Amino acid sequence: MGIIDNINKLFDHRIRLGIMSILVVNDDADFNRLKELLDVTDGNLASHLKALEKEEYILVEKQFIGRKPNTRYSATKLGKAEFRKHISALEKLIKKK
Amino acid sequence: MSEQDYLKDISEIKNLMNRSSRFISLSGLSGILAGIYALMGAAVAYWLVTNSGRDYMILDGKVFQLLMLDLFLVGFLSVVTAIYFTTKKAKKAGVKVWDDLTKRLLINFLIPLVAGGIYILIILGQQKYGQTGGLMLIFYGLALVNASKYTIGKIRYLGYVEIVLGLIGAWLPGYGFWLWVLGFGVMHIIYGAIMMVQEKKS
Repeated sequence: MGIIDNINKLFDHRIRLGIMSILVVNDDADFNRLKELLDVTDGNLASHLKALEKEEYILVEKQFIGRKPNTRYSATKLGKAEFRKHISALEKLIKKK
Repeated sequence: MSEQDYLKDISEIKNLMNRSSRFISLSGLSGILAGIYALMGAAVAYWLVTNSGRDYMILDGKVFQLLMLDLFLVGFLSVVTAIYFTTKKAKKAGVKVWDDLTKRLLINFLIPLVAGGIYILIILGQQKYGQTGGLMLIFYGLALVNASKYTIGKIRYLGYVEIVLGLIGAWLPGYGFWLWVLGFGVMHIIYGAIMMVQEKKS
């Protein structure tokens, strides 16, 4: 059982996994940068960001650059820890088989 | 999910981490070349000083100016080489060179470096030459550690090594020159070689 426990359901989706991969190695990233890196549509990205925000895995900061609204995302401590757990669980699963 | 899916997930994660914090791709080759420039620069400096008619490192007028030129050329060539190889690599991977991340990397790298550079120029003006080598190593090391937040390479460890060498240089100012050779020459070559081996593997 042990290993399966650490596989995080929330990271089972490619885009959410991608968002976390980017945010653990960067202090923060804005919406457009995530969109560019992940190559997804606005609506799609927004809904996955919402899901991660709801679990408090990421932090959302809204600000203005000039008159344009700009939203920055960063990983929380909890998000980073959960992501690490998920990755080591993945690695163990691969090694085991 | 099958094993294939897990493997795909992991390679996707690695790929995104690399692309989003791409400056891991300050290529190994540019590290090695920077080390070689530093060694050549040091050899020129050594020749200049030993032929200045003194057998110790006191710098005056013309020799001093030549040394500064020498140092400038080493730095300039290293930067040009790094930019050249990084641009080439980025183009190959199909990503932009100048973006949010590059800017932040550069700013964080430059803050300790510029502060250190100005500090060194000031104390050179006060004829305190002995500490120069050590100070250059310390500030360069701090710049590397500061910039390492924006890479997933091992630049942080290179930074630690430079700082330690710099502190030894502060303690033994007579060896400043040789520590400089070790820090900027030998260490860059070793670091570059390690990076190249890793690049080949992946």
